[in-house]
Amino acid sequence: MPGGPPHVALFVTCLVDLMRPSVGFAAVRLLETAGCRVTVPADQTCCGQPAYNSGDRADARAIARQVIDVFQGFDYVVVPSGSCAGMIRKHYPELFADDPQARGRAEDLAGRTHELTSFLVDVLGLDALGPMAGFDGTATYHDGCSGLRELGVKAQPRALLQRVDGLSLREGEAAETCCGFGGTFCVKYPEISGAMVDAKVDDLLATGADTVLGGDLGCLFNIAGRLQRRGEKLRVRHVAEILAGMTDGVAIGEPVRD
Amino acid sequence: MKVSSPRFKDNAREALADAALRESLRSFTRSFPLKRQEAIARLPEFDQLRDIGRAIKDHSLEHLDFYLERFEAQVTARGGQVHWCRDAAEARETILRLCREAGAKTVTKSKSMVGEEIDLNDHLETHGIQPIETDLGEYIIQVREESPSHILAPAIHLSSGQIADTFRDKHPELPAQRSLDDPQTVLEEARAVLRNKFLNADVGLTGANFLIAETGSVVVVTNEGNADLVMTLPKTHIVLAGLEKVVPTLEDGTTILRLLARSSTGQDTATYTTFCTGLGAEDDPDGPDALHIVLLDNGRSEMLAGAFREMLRCIRCGACLNHCPVYAQIGGHAYGWVYSGPMGKVLTPGLLGLDHAADLPNASSFCGKCEEVCPMRIPLPKMMRSWRERQFEEKRTPARARAGLRLWASLARRPALYRWVMGLTFGVLGRMGRRRGRFRRMPFAGGWTAVRDFPAPEGKTFLAQWAERKASER
Ligand code: SF4
Repeated sequence: MPGGPPHVALFVTCLVDLMRPSVGFAAVRLLETAGCRVTVPADQTCCGQPAYNSGDRADARAIARQVIDVFQGFDYVVVPSGSCAGMIRKHYPELFADDPQARGRAEDLAGRTHELTSFLVDVLGLDALGPMAGFDGTATYHDGCSGLRELGVKAQPRALLQRVDGLSLREGEAAETCCGFGGTFCVKYPEISGAMVDAKVDDLLATGADTVLGGDLGCLFNIAGRLQRRGEKLRVRHVAEILAGMTDGVAIGEPVRD
Repeated sequence: MKVSSPRFKDNAREALADAALRESLRSFTRSFPLKRQEAIARLPEFDQLRDIGRAIKDHSLEHLDFYLERFEAQVTARGGQVHWCRDAAEARETILRLCREAGAKTVTKSKSMVGEEIDLNDHLETHGIQPIETDLGEYIIQVREESPSHILAPAIHLSSGQIADTFRDKHPELPAQRSLDDPQTVLEEARAVLRNKFLNADVGLTGANFLIAETGSVVVVTNEGNADLVMTLPKTHIVLAGLEKVVPTLEDGTTILRLLARSSTGQDTATYTTFCTGLGAEDDPDGPDALHIVLLDNGRSEMLAGAFREMLRCIRCGACLNHCPVYAQIGGHAYGWVYSGPMGKVLTPGLLGLDHAADLPNASSFCGKCEEVCPMRIPLPKMMRSWRERQFEEKRTPARARAGLRLWASLARRPALYRWVMGLTFGVLGRMGRRRGRFRRMPFAGGWTAVRDFPAPEGKTFLAQWAERKASER
């Protein structure tokens, strides 16, 4: 690329940061292997979705301003989550509809921000990526709603997974159906959310795959949590772990092997 | 119909425990989306049509007063009469008066969700007038004394077995051993029962899919043809319609018609589309002797003025219900009023008031499927969020949720403190959960662990590990 390697800031997201840091390291490895210079701004916290979707616009705006400040000056901002990337790309500009100056800055950030798999495929291009790690198994992919509908993330993770040696992909009939996570929705309406995730789990099991992959930890925790409550053996991982070949750690919700 | 929206959570719980209901929902929420998809595949310009449809409705709403007056002038010029009703009570009274003036004992009705909205049947019955539903689904729920669970397919919550049982029970004059296994037989039985009622009705009442300003026409779409009998056999035809139904021209109406059936049932066009214009005449013997159009506001002009205007583009196609993963689990009755699914989550608070429907805009995972399929491109999730914002501003969000949110937000805005607090909390959780990999129960996370395990965090946060790594590189 002209002017040296692209300078990418990783927005690690609160769930990856607090719950499953290995996904963050997988993202870093993927980006660095693809020739990016990666920085992780220390003052990042959360994208503000919980406030935004609970109707707390003031807090959502305050958090958005902070994110806009923290991620200034990078060529790109990459996010290993469709829903957090969707928040920045689609909703930050809407949050400042009445404030042209802030809106301009929000739009600037929105234009530089990409969901991880979409960044690798749509921005860097498959040719820029090195050979992928191998993975011996059958996987099925769950499309997170925000990534799918707000950002058009559908073909990108599949194109990447196709390059993983030994991995075969089986599509669920309802791969695009919501898993029932929905942020605070799943704790406010546990019965409804539980019925939704049961339908999702049934569909995933019907594929006969041994691993569920996805690009959003929220959905994946919901799915893994329900699978495990039902005593199913299907494993769940973030797609970045497979792509980066970082599968020595346990799958989501599995006991740590000492 | 009676409102039970405030009981949404209990309604939903009951629905989830109803195995027969869930079986019916499973089969129809599979078949309808498939049919829609096939219909759209046959019409490559479908998405362009959506943009055109949206523009037509936006324009009509922008100049609603103008087109409504134009519509009224055309109706009047053709011998009909328009009645403007501010709310449900006024509309009920107006219709009752019109029925009485016509000396009516029975009123045949084709499906009208606005009729359900104003609780018309109850009102007529109380005053000695017998309303007879003639749409098969509406007929079934009328004899079962239930309310519709879907704006398009009111009896979709019932299995064919339940419907057969209902017919055996409610048509005791027919042989008990007759077969009712085939939907066609059921339809024919209903038709036979209804035939006499059609002939004897004094007033026919229909809804309207569109009102055409340039001609004063009323457009009614059905698959059973029942509306045509309702509007041609009795001497008096009453049309009950929300005032957002008006569009400028016939061309506009037919453009949106191309979206309607494809979105709702996956048909290229509905089986019967009827344009009804003015009174009967020598060269038009099918028209009625008297035509009354009851235009209902009931909260609509308030929606027109505010953040929810776009909702008035809705053409009641039902696509958002058919594709909604929440609706697919709980069905329509749980929403507690005539409008269910995503469109109900926006419309019900607008028409009944937010206090009567506090749960509705919240009970969504914001998956966005409804907006994806809505032919009128109504941003349903965005409008549900607007209702949530209003609740938050008016401090109607539950106090505990508000406090939790505030606490979390103030942490999220202090990165150093956030790193410290979260680092500690998740470090402890990580150590506690290592051996099992997950928690079956967690304090403050009862909603989560009620149905699923909570995965144990890995331990040290990413940001902490990253800082260490960077320090060691130096
Ligand atoms: S909101 Fe859209 S999808 Fe839902 S019924 Fe109305 S027009 Fe159809």
